[in-house]
Amino acid sequence: MMNELQLELKNQLNKFCLSKIEPHMEHDDETEEFRMSLFNELGSLGFCGMTIPEEYGGAGLTYTDSAIALEEIAKYSVAYAVTVSVSTMVQAIIYDFGNKSQKEKYLPKLTSGEEIGAFCLSESGAGSDAGSLKTTAKKVDGGYILNGNKMWITSGGIAKTYIVMARTGGEGSKGISSFIVRDGAPGLSFGKKEKKMGWRASPTREVIFENCFVPDDQRLLAEGEGFKVAMAALDKGRITIGAVAVGLAQRALEESVKYSLTRQQFNQAIFEFQGLQFMMADMACEIEASRLLVLEAAKFYDIGKPNQKIASFAKLKATDTAMKVTTDAVQILGGVGYTREYPLERFMRDAKVLQIVEGTNQVQRVVIARQLKKEFSKH
Amino acid sequence: MWFFSAEEKELQKVCRDFASRELAPFAEKHDHEESFNLSAFKKMGELGVLGITADPEYGGAGLGATAATIVMEEFGKACAGSTLSYLAHSILCVNNIQNNGSPEQKVKYLPKLISGEHIGCMGMSEPEYGSDAVGIQTKAKKTDDGFEINGTKMWITNAQYADVAYVYTRTGEERKNLSTFIVEKGTPGFHVGKPIHKMGMRSSPTGELVFDKARVNKSQLVGKEGDSIYHMMKNLDIERITIAGISLGIAQACVDQCVKYAMERKQFGKHIGNFQLIQKMIAEMATETEMMRTFLYSIAKEYDNGVRGPSVAAMVKLQIPKMATKIALDAIQLHGGYGYSREFPLERMMRDNKLNEIGAGTNEVMIMIIAKNLLKDMRD
Repeated sequence: MMNELQLELKNQLNKFCLSKIEPHMEHDDETEEFRMSLFNELGSLGFCGMTIPEEYGGAGLTYTDSAIALEEIAKYSVAYAVTVSVSTMVQAIIYDFGNKSQKEKYLPKLTSGEEIGAFCLSESGAGSDAGSLKTTAKKVDGGYILNGNKMWITSGGIAKTYIVMARTGGEGSKGISSFIVRDGAPGLSFGKKEKKMGWRASPTREVIFENCFVPDDQRLLAEGEGFKVAMAALDKGRITIGAVAVGLAQRALEESVKYSLTRQQFNQAIFEFQGLQFMMADMACEIEASRLLVLEAAKFYDIGKPNQKIASFAKLKATDTAMKVTTDAVQILGGVGYTREYPLERFMRDAKVLQIVEGTNQVQRVVIARQLKKEFSKH
Repeated sequence: MWFFSAEEKELQKVCRDFASRELAPFAEKHDHEESFNLSAFKKMGELGVLGITADPEYGGAGLGATAATIVMEEFGKACAGSTLSYLAHSILCVNNIQNNGSPEQKVKYLPKLISGEHIGCMGMSEPEYGSDAVGIQTKAKKTDDGFEINGTKMWITNAQYADVAYVYTRTGEERKNLSTFIVEKGTPGFHVGKPIHKMGMRSSPTGELVFDKARVNKSQLVGKEGDSIYHMMKNLDIERITIAGISLGIAQACVDQCVKYAMERKQFGKHIGNFQLIQKMIAEMATETEMMRTFLYSIAKEYDNGVRGPSVAAMVKLQIPKMATKIALDAIQLHGGYGYSREFPLERMMRDNKLNEIGAGTNEVMIMIIAKNLLKDMRD
């Protein structure tokens, strides 16, 4: 059940997305175009820093509120929902782990939506195995020199503030530290823009550090505490990606029902065929189950008791559901579902990567299994 | 397969070589640009596969569904879009003219279609009649010396490139009163409508055929007026078997790529092939692909031997594309970020394969056919 505020957020976003985002999505998916002005507008409505307290320009909302909002944006555009989600994750890192001056310096432009934040963890050789990353941060007088390449960076090139995980110590996760790097820093550049199957309006780019100097005051926490920062961020990312997946699946369901009620074959609306009714009933049921899991995971955050297992459940279930539902939705629309005249094929392409980002669904299972082992070893 | 003839084994080898040389290197480019690999298509004529099922007297290879499926699998591994265009030409157009055309029609059309000088397509679906194909509303009305055709055909593979179209029309009010015409490019009143942009199979052009008082001579009528429903249904069988060949090719290509990647990619200090989760995915997809192969070629061989069990083509068409979509999705998953990027062919294969669950009869229509046949003695 949504409270009044949540209903209001949802309605406001629905109006905005329908009039401002929806009309561009087919075109921008084809041309791989991101519109900064749309992001700025989402910011001025208060949706780019939802979970950050008002003293830093945020909206001071809960994770539950933000899950509802992200679901609504994702109904129209996964690309913008993900941009918001990642930028918000960067803010949460700075808010949770930054010192007062770091918060004051970097948060306001992110919470307002004037700028975008990006999170640099993955490398070409370190994906699921994030602890093996190779980018180095060498201590020098007054700061660090960063060298290395980060891969698959959402908003790479359009973001102004980057959270970068780099190695300051020995091998393994304990040798990693985290840094705030601003666009324009000497030695920071961007590699090729990835050509992707989906999320095409959201740029994904390689971020390159070549003797990039980062001053001491841009390190978050102490040396060696970077992995903790990354993992805490991914825990939140699981909830937001889950919310995005629910929105995408919900939209695919709505399109399926609408279409099947109007399309006639064999002298009746195809909705009347039980084969399709069963598909749509399953879709609706799986979506609601996913939504409840996402909200449950968000609730744990909101009461200050983050639950990693539930967050992994939410990410795993919601994104697998989004993949299944969007695939079935293309199937229900048949030939037109396969064309770019309808958005269903885009939804299906956008769904696939949800099973890969913020920890692949294989990694989620590993996390869940690890928690199970822990729980049962206690007794 | 153990039961392939020497000729079929040779065909497999020749097509594999051709596909790796002429199709695979250009697949990403044509997918990205949404363009047709015309030069490869012409070379298929030189290779001798454009009339795979047609009589040698017209330049055909005189082979059957098994051989055609072998070509689909091998080409499908490299570029499913080009293979779909090949299927529309060789199975939907050439095979139909071969089986249903008069000797005069065969002499007139087959040699150029088989050499690759001409490209063929077939027009069945319409905007309002997809799954319900027998209900089509494109009408052919008798005139003094022939027929006047009015209506629009939708989702026509090769529409923009076709010199010859094999078109189903309605010639009477009774539901089954369908007649077929061979319509040439340039026929007055006939033109190609807007191209259709698609999720996958982007290197295979899709468009509309528009008939606005198109005049065709009675010599263009295929068979007898009103008897087309029978050859329409018959050709759907070989279409469904061969299109499943494309999905088999896609599944095999995914398995090959996953095996390669699992032995190259290192995470947590070892090749990911060491993880049971990865082993499970690979073992299952390889097993499924082997099942698909055995099933498909057994049915194709039976078809060639004249043993055509009821609705087996629909069973092949239902199961194989469905399994291939799952395999392609898992292959992307196994490759993680790389699988999602266009640097690897997996995301294209998944997009391409989805069509095979829709074209040539959706999965749902296959279910309808299979169930109807199983339950045909039901009274109510």
